[in-house]
Amino acid sequence: MTMNDEPEAADMLAALPEVSQADLAALHDRLVARADASDLVDVAYRTIDSPVGPLLLAATPQGLLRVAYDSEDHDRVLATLAERVSPRILNAPRRLDPAARELDEYFAGARRQFDLPLDLSLSRGFRLTVLSHLPDIGYGQTASYGTVAALAGRPRAARAVGTACASNPLPVVVPCHRVIRADGDIGAYLGGPAAKRLLLGLEAAA
Amino acid sequence: MTGKQPFEAVVAEHGATVLRVCRAILGPTDADDAWSETFLAALRAYPDLPGDANVEAWLVTIAHRKAIDVTRAAARRAVPVGDAPQRPAAQRADERDLDLQAALVALPRKQREAVAYHYLGGLPYTDVAAVIGGSTDAARRAAADGIARLRKTYAAATVGEGEAR
Repeated sequence: MTMNDEPEAADMLAALPEVSQADLAALHDRLVARADASDLVDVAYRTIDSPVGPLLLAATPQGLLRVAYDSEDHDRVLATLAERVSPRILNAPRRLDPAARELDEYFAGARRQFDLPLDLSLSRGFRLTVLSHLPDIGYGQTASYGTVAALAGRPRAARAVGTACASNPLPVVVPCHRVIRADGDIGAYLGGPAAKRLLLGLEAAA
Repeated sequence: MTGKQPFEAVVAEHGATVLRVCRAILGPTDADDAWSETFLAALRAYPDLPGDANVEAWLVTIAHRKAIDVTRAAARRAVPVGDAPQRPAAQRADERDLDLQAALVALPRKQREAVAYHYLGGLPYTDVAAVIGGSTDAARRAAADGIARLRKTYAAATVGEGEAR
Protein backbone atom coordinates (compact mmCIF):
# COMPACT_ATOMS: atom_id res chain seq x y z
CA MET A 1 0.00 0.00 0.00
CA THR A 2 1.31 3.46 -0.84
CA MET A 3 0.96 6.54 1.29
CA ASN A 4 -0.75 8.59 -1.40
CA ASP A 5 -3.44 5.99 -1.90
CA GLU A 6 -5.74 7.70 0.62
CA PRO A 7 -6.07 11.18 -0.89
CA GLU A 8 -6.81 9.60 -4.29
CA ALA A 9 -9.50 7.43 -2.78
CA ALA A 10 -10.97 10.42 -0.96
CA ASP A 11 -11.00 12.37 -4.24
CA MET A 12 -12.87 9.59 -5.99
CA LEU A 13 -15.44 9.37 -3.18
CA ALA A 14 -15.93 13.13 -3.27
CA ALA A 15 -17.87 12.49 -6.50
CA LEU A 16 -20.66 10.81 -4.50
CA PRO A 17 -24.00 12.65 -4.63
CA GLU A 18 -24.15 15.62 -2.24
CA VAL A 19 -26.25 15.44 0.89
CA SER A 20 -28.65 18.35 0.40
CA GLN A 21 -29.97 20.65 3.12
CA ALA A 22 -33.50 19.72 2.04
CA ASP A 23 -32.78 16.01 2.64
CA LEU A 24 -31.42 16.79 6.09
CA ALA A 25 -34.32 19.10 6.93
CA ALA A 26 -36.84 16.39 6.02
CA LEU A 27 -34.95 13.82 8.13
CA HIS A 28 -34.77 16.29 11.02
CA ASP A 29 -38.56 16.80 10.92
CA ARG A 30 -39.10 13.06 10.92
CA LEU A 31 -36.72 12.62 13.84
CA VAL A 32 -38.51 15.31 15.85
CA ALA A 33 -41.92 13.70 15.21
CA ARG A 34 -40.72 10.25 16.22
CA ALA A 35 -38.76 11.51 19.23
CA ASP A 36 -41.81 13.43 20.40
CA ALA A 37 -44.03 10.37 20.02
CA SER A 38 -41.54 8.38 22.13
CA ASP A 39 -41.34 11.11 24.83
CA LEU A 40 -37.65 11.63 24.12
CA VAL A 41 -37.67 15.42 23.72
CA ASP A 42 -36.94 16.66 27.24
CA VAL A 43 -36.54 20.25 26.05
CA ALA A 44 -38.13 21.54 22.83
CA TYR A 45 -37.22 24.98 21.51
CA ARG A 46 -37.76 27.47 18.74
CA THR A 47 -37.08 31.17 18.18
CA ILE A 48 -39.58 33.88 17.30
CA ASP A 49 -39.18 37.42 16.05
CA SER A 50 -40.55 40.15 18.27
CA PRO A 51 -40.38 43.92 18.71
CA VAL A 52 -37.71 43.30 21.37
CA GLY A 53 -35.61 41.17 19.02
CA PRO A 54 -35.42 37.41 18.46
CA LEU A 55 -36.63 35.46 21.48
CA LEU A 56 -35.68 31.88 22.28
CA LEU A 57 -38.58 29.82 23.68
CA ALA A 58 -37.90 26.48 25.37
CA ALA A 59 -40.36 24.09 26.99
CA THR A 60 -40.35 20.79 28.84
CA PRO A 61 -43.42 18.53 28.72
CA GLN A 62 -44.48 20.36 31.95
CA GLY A 63 -44.59 23.78 30.37
CA LEU A 64 -42.68 26.83 29.20
CA LEU A 65 -39.23 26.68 30.79
CA ARG A 66 -37.27 29.56 29.33
CA VAL A 67 -37.65 32.75 27.34
CA ALA A 68 -34.32 34.30 26.37
CA TYR A 69 -33.30 37.58 24.79
CA ASP A 70 -30.78 37.64 21.97
CA SER A 71 -28.32 39.40 24.28
CA GLU A 72 -28.27 36.31 26.50
CA ASP A 73 -26.78 34.30 23.55
CA HIS A 74 -29.23 31.58 22.59
CA ASP A 75 -26.54 28.95 22.06
CA ARG A 76 -25.23 29.56 25.55
CA VAL A 77 -28.71 29.41 27.00
CA LEU A 78 -29.30 26.04 25.31
CA ALA A 79 -25.92 24.76 26.53
CA THR A 80 -26.92 25.71 30.07
CA LEU A 81 -30.27 23.95 29.70
CA ALA A 82 -28.41 20.86 28.45
CA GLU A 83 -26.44 20.85 31.70
CA ARG A 84 -29.14 21.81 34.15
CA VAL A 85 -32.18 20.05 32.68
CA SER A 86 -31.29 17.48 30.01
CA PRO A 87 -29.14 17.28 26.87
CA ARG A 88 -32.10 15.76 25.01
CA ILE A 89 -32.82 19.10 23.39
CA LEU A 90 -34.28 19.48 19.90
CA ASN A 91 -35.46 22.31 17.72
CA ALA A 92 -39.07 21.11 17.85
CA PRO A 93 -41.27 24.14 17.17
CA ARG A 94 -44.67 22.51 17.59
CA ARG A 95 -44.56 22.31 21.39
CA LEU A 96 -43.95 26.07 21.42
CA ASP A 97 -46.87 26.95 19.15
CA PRO A 98 -49.19 28.09 21.98
CA ALA A 99 -46.46 30.22 23.57
CA ALA A 100 -45.51 31.75 20.22
CA ARG A 101 -49.15 32.57 19.50
CA GLU A 102 -49.75 34.19 22.90
CA LEU A 103 -46.56 36.25 22.63
CA ASP A 104 -47.58 37.44 19.17
CA GLU A 105 -50.94 38.51 20.61
CA TYR A 106 -49.22 40.22 23.52
CA PHE A 107 -46.88 42.20 21.27
CA ALA A 108 -49.86 43.17 19.09
CA GLY A 109 -51.53 44.63 22.20
CA ALA A 110 -54.28 42.01 22.00
CA ARG A 111 -53.38 39.98 25.11
CA ARG A 112 -53.06 41.15 28.71
CA GLN A 113 -52.38 37.87 30.44
CA PHE A 114 -50.55 34.71 29.53
CA ASP A 115 -52.44 31.50 29.85
CA LEU A 116 -49.63 28.95 29.51
CA PRO A 117 -48.42 26.09 31.67
CA LEU A 118 -45.05 27.12 33.12
CA ASP A 119 -42.12 25.00 34.24
CA LEU A 120 -40.48 27.03 37.02
CA SER A 121 -37.91 24.37 37.88
CA LEU A 122 -34.99 26.66 36.98
CA SER A 123 -35.77 28.87 39.98
CA ARG A 124 -35.62 28.02 43.66
CA GLY A 125 -36.13 29.53 47.09
CA PHE A 126 -36.85 33.23 47.44
CA ARG A 127 -36.32 33.81 43.71
CA LEU A 128 -39.13 31.38 42.98
CA THR A 129 -41.33 33.13 45.54
CA VAL A 130 -40.65 36.47 43.88
CA LEU A 131 -41.42 35.12 40.41
CA SER A 132 -44.68 33.62 41.59
CA HIS A 133 -45.78 37.08 42.84
CA LEU A 134 -44.86 39.05 39.72
CA PRO A 135 -48.12 38.24 37.91
CA ASP A 136 -49.87 40.04 40.81
CA ILE A 137 -48.70 43.27 39.17
CA GLY A 138 -51.39 43.77 36.56
CA TYR A 139 -50.94 44.61 32.89
CA GLY A 140 -50.01 48.25 32.43
CA GLN A 141 -49.11 48.64 36.15
CA THR A 142 -45.72 48.91 37.81
CA ALA A 143 -44.48 48.16 41.31
CA SER A 144 -41.26 49.01 43.12
CA TYR A 145 -38.70 46.41 44.17
CA GLY A 146 -39.69 47.13 47.78
CA THR A 147 -43.37 46.54 47.08
CA VAL A 148 -42.62 43.19 45.47
CA ALA A 149 -40.39 42.31 48.43
CA ALA A 150 -43.36 42.95 50.71
CA LEU A 151 -45.63 40.87 48.47
CA ALA A 152 -43.11 38.05 48.67
CA GLY A 153 -43.14 38.25 52.48
CA ARG A 154 -39.72 39.84 53.00
CA PRO A 155 -40.28 43.62 52.97
CA ARG A 156 -36.60 44.44 53.47
CA ALA A 157 -35.37 42.24 50.64
CA ALA A 158 -35.71 44.76 47.79
CA ARG A 159 -32.19 44.00 46.62
CA ALA A 160 -32.90 40.26 46.49
CA VAL A 161 -35.98 41.06 44.40
CA GLY A 162 -33.68 42.82 41.96
CA THR A 163 -31.52 39.71 41.77
CA ALA A 164 -34.58 37.52 41.26
CA CYS A 165 -35.77 39.74 38.41
CA ALA A 166 -32.31 39.78 36.81
CA SER A 167 -32.30 35.98 36.77
CA ASN A 168 -35.92 35.53 35.67
CA PRO A 169 -35.88 32.53 33.30
CA LEU A 170 -39.21 33.63 31.76
CA PRO A 171 -39.00 37.35 30.96
CA VAL A 172 -42.02 38.96 29.27
CA VAL A 173 -44.26 36.04 30.29
CA VAL A 174 -43.43 36.44 33.98
CA PRO A 175 -43.55 40.25 34.05
CA CYS A 176 -40.37 41.34 35.80
CA HIS A 177 -40.39 44.36 33.45
CA ARG A 178 -43.18 45.81 35.62
CA VAL A 179 -40.81 46.14 38.58
CA ILE A 180 -39.15 49.57 38.67
CA ARG A 181 -37.30 51.70 41.19
CA ALA A 182 -39.15 53.47 43.99
CA ASP A 183 -38.02 56.88 42.62
CA GLY A 184 -39.74 56.12 39.33
CA ASP A 185 -36.55 55.34 37.44
CA ILE A 186 -37.06 52.40 35.10
CA GLY A 187 -34.21 50.42 36.68
CA ALA A 188 -32.22 47.58 35.21
CA TYR A 189 -33.56 44.82 32.95
CA LEU A 190 -32.09 41.56 31.74
CA GLY A 191 -33.15 42.40 28.17
CA GLY A 192 -31.68 45.89 28.41
CA PRO A 193 -33.45 49.17 29.39
CA ALA A 194 -34.70 49.79 25.83
CA ALA A 195 -36.66 46.53 25.85
CA LYS A 196 -38.09 47.34 29.29
CA ARG A 197 -39.20 50.78 28.09
CA LEU A 198 -40.77 49.23 24.99
CA LEU A 199 -42.77 46.68 27.00
CA LEU A 200 -43.99 49.28 29.51
CA GLY A 201 -44.90 51.64 26.64
CA LEU A 202 -46.77 48.87 24.85
CA GLU A 203 -48.78 48.05 27.97
CA ALA A 204 -49.51 51.72 28.72
CA ALA A 205 -50.79 52.29 25.18
CA ALA A 206 -52.99 49.21 24.83
CA MET B 1 -18.06 24.13 30.38
CA THR B 2 -17.61 20.37 30.67
CA GLY B 3 -21.19 19.39 29.92
CA LYS B 4 -22.66 17.79 26.87
CA GLN B 5 -23.92 19.91 24.00
CA PRO B 6 -27.65 19.95 23.17
CA PHE B 7 -28.60 16.99 20.98
CA GLU B 8 -29.74 19.41 18.27
CA ALA B 9 -26.09 20.42 17.86
CA VAL B 10 -25.11 16.75 17.47
CA VAL B 11 -27.63 16.36 14.64
CA ALA B 12 -26.44 19.59 12.99
CA GLU B 13 -22.79 18.59 13.24
CA HIS B 14 -22.98 14.91 12.27
CA GLY B 15 -26.26 14.51 10.37
CA ALA B 16 -24.72 14.81 6.91
CA THR B 17 -21.83 12.44 7.68
CA VAL B 18 -24.14 9.77 9.06
CA LEU B 19 -26.40 10.10 6.00
CA ARG B 20 -23.40 9.66 3.66
CA VAL B 21 -22.38 6.55 5.58
CA CYS B 22 -25.91 5.11 5.52
CA ARG B 23 -26.23 5.77 1.78
CA ALA B 24 -22.92 4.05 1.13
CA ILE B 25 -23.98 0.97 3.07
CA LEU B 26 -27.63 0.73 2.02
CA GLY B 27 -28.22 2.91 -1.03
CA PRO B 28 -30.30 6.10 -1.03
CA THR B 29 -33.77 4.71 -0.22
CA ASP B 30 -33.11 2.58 2.85
CA ALA B 31 -30.53 5.08 4.07
CA ASP B 32 -33.25 7.40 5.35
CA ASP B 33 -34.66 4.68 7.60
CA ALA B 34 -31.25 3.82 8.97
CA TRP B 35 -30.50 7.51 9.60
CA SER B 36 -33.76 7.96 11.52
CA GLU B 37 -33.25 4.83 13.59
CA THR B 38 -29.66 5.86 14.33
CA PHE B 39 -30.50 9.32 15.64
CA LEU B 40 -33.54 8.12 17.56
CA ALA B 41 -31.42 5.48 19.33
CA ALA B 42 -28.67 8.03 19.87
CA LEU B 43 -31.13 10.50 21.41
CA ARG B 44 -32.36 7.79 23.75
CA ALA B 45 -28.85 6.89 24.92
CA TYR B 46 -27.36 10.40 24.80
CA PRO B 47 -27.67 11.30 28.51
CA ASP B 48 -25.58 8.23 29.41
CA LEU B 49 -22.82 8.88 26.86
CA PRO B 50 -19.58 9.82 28.66
CA GLY B 51 -18.75 13.51 28.23
CA ASP B 52 -15.38 12.80 26.59
CA ALA B 53 -16.69 10.20 24.13
CA ASN B 54 -15.96 10.47 20.39
CA VAL B 55 -19.47 11.34 19.23
CA GLU B 56 -18.84 10.61 15.57
CA ALA B 57 -17.44 7.13 16.25
CA TRP B 58 -20.38 6.49 18.58
CA LEU B 59 -22.89 7.51 15.88
CA VAL B 60 -21.17 5.41 13.20
CA THR B 61 -21.28 2.41 15.54
CA ILE B 62 -25.02 2.87 16.03
CA ALA B 63 -25.52 3.42 12.29
CA HIS B 64 -23.65 0.16 11.61
CA ARG B 65 -26.09 -1.78 13.82
CA LYS B 66 -29.14 0.00 12.42
CA ALA B 67 -27.99 -0.66 8.84
CA ILE B 68 -27.86 -4.37 9.69
CA ASP B 69 -31.40 -4.18 11.13
CA VAL B 70 -32.68 -2.36 8.04
CA THR B 71 -31.05 -4.93 5.74
CA ARG B 72 -32.66 -7.80 7.68
CA ALA B 73 -36.07 -6.12 7.66
CA ALA B 74 -35.76 -5.51 3.92
CA ALA B 75 -34.83 -9.16 3.35
CA ARG B 76 -37.89 -10.29 5.35
CA ARG B 77 -40.32 -8.23 3.30
CA ALA B 78 -38.53 -8.91 0.02
CA VAL B 79 -41.43 -10.77 -1.59
CA PRO B 80 -41.45 -10.31 -5.36
CA VAL B 81 -44.31 -7.82 -5.53
CA GLY B 82 -43.31 -4.89 -7.75
CA ASP B 83 -41.52 -3.10 -4.94
CA ALA B 84 -40.48 0.52 -5.40
CA PRO B 85 -37.28 0.81 -7.40
CA GLN B 86 -34.15 1.47 -5.38
CA ARG B 87 -33.15 4.55 -7.41
CA PRO B 88 -36.15 6.82 -7.97
CA ALA B 89 -34.03 9.95 -7.86
CA ALA B 90 -31.98 9.27 -10.97
CA GLN B 91 -32.74 12.71 -12.36
CA ARG B 92 -31.57 14.35 -9.13
CA ALA B 93 -27.85 13.94 -9.58
CA ASP B 94 -25.88 13.31 -12.69
CA GLU B 95 -25.63 9.67 -13.64
CA ARG B 96 -21.90 9.45 -13.15
CA ASP B 97 -22.33 10.11 -9.42
CA LEU B 98 -25.12 7.61 -9.10
CA ASP B 99 -22.91 5.03 -10.78
CA LEU B 100 -20.30 5.57 -8.11
CA GLN B 101 -23.03 5.21 -5.49
CA ALA B 102 -24.21 1.99 -7.14
CA ALA B 103 -20.65 0.66 -7.37
CA LEU B 104 -20.16 1.41 -3.67
CA VAL B 105 -23.35 -0.37 -2.62
CA ALA B 106 -22.32 -3.32 -4.82
CA LEU B 107 -19.06 -3.89 -2.89
CA PRO B 108 -18.83 -6.92 -0.58
CA ARG B 109 -20.21 -5.94 2.83
CA LYS B 110 -16.92 -5.79 4.78
CA GLN B 111 -15.20 -3.73 2.09
CA ARG B 112 -18.16 -1.38 1.81
CA GLU B 113 -18.26 -0.91 5.58
CA ALA B 114 -14.52 -0.32 5.84
CA VAL B 115 -14.62 2.24 3.00
CA ALA B 116 -17.71 4.00 4.38
CA TYR B 117 -16.60 4.20 8.00
CA HIS B 118 -13.03 5.24 7.23
CA TYR B 119 -13.44 7.56 4.23
CA LEU B 120 -16.95 8.92 4.79
CA GLY B 121 -17.30 8.51 8.57
CA GLY B 122 -13.77 9.70 9.25
CA LEU B 123 -12.91 6.87 11.67
CA PRO B 124 -9.30 5.72 12.01
CA TYR B 125 -8.82 2.02 11.18
CA THR B 126 -8.57 1.04 14.85
CA ASP B 127 -12.12 2.36 15.33
CA VAL B 128 -13.30 0.81 12.05
CA ALA B 129 -12.01 -2.55 13.30
CA ALA B 130 -13.84 -2.11 16.59
CA VAL B 131 -17.10 -1.51 14.71
CA ILE B 132 -16.90 -4.25 12.07
CA GLY B 133 -14.83 -6.78 14.01
CA GLY B 134 -11.40 -8.21 13.19
CA SER B 135 -8.00 -6.58 13.38
CA THR B 136 -6.95 -3.07 12.44
CA ASP B 137 -4.86 -4.50 9.60
CA ALA B 138 -7.81 -6.46 8.29
CA ALA B 139 -9.93 -3.29 8.32
CA ARG B 140 -7.23 -1.41 6.44
CA ARG B 141 -6.95 -4.22 3.87
CA ALA B 142 -10.72 -4.36 3.41
CA ALA B 143 -10.82 -0.62 2.72
CA ALA B 144 -7.89 -0.85 0.29
CA ASP B 145 -9.49 -3.79 -1.52
CA GLY B 146 -12.79 -1.92 -1.65
CA ILE B 147 -11.18 1.20 -3.10
CA ALA B 148 -9.28 -0.86 -5.70
CA ARG B 149 -12.43 -2.65 -6.74
CA LEU B 150 -14.41 0.59 -6.79
CA ARG B 151 -11.79 2.19 -9.01
CA LYS B 152 -12.09 -0.73 -11.41
CA THR B 153 -15.91 -1.00 -11.56
CA TYR B 154 -16.53 2.74 -11.42
CA ALA B 155 -14.00 3.43 -14.17
CA ALA B 156 -15.46 0.58 -16.26
CA ALA B 157 -18.99 1.92 -15.77
CA THR B 158 -18.13 5.47 -16.81
CA VAL B 159 -16.08 4.29 -19.82
CA GLY B 160 -18.86 1.93 -20.85
CA GLU B 161 -21.37 4.74 -20.65
CA GLY B 162 -19.22 7.05 -22.72
CA GLU B 163 -18.91 4.42 -25.45
CA ALA B 164 -22.63 3.72 -25.48
CA ARG B 165 -23.41 7.28 -26.47
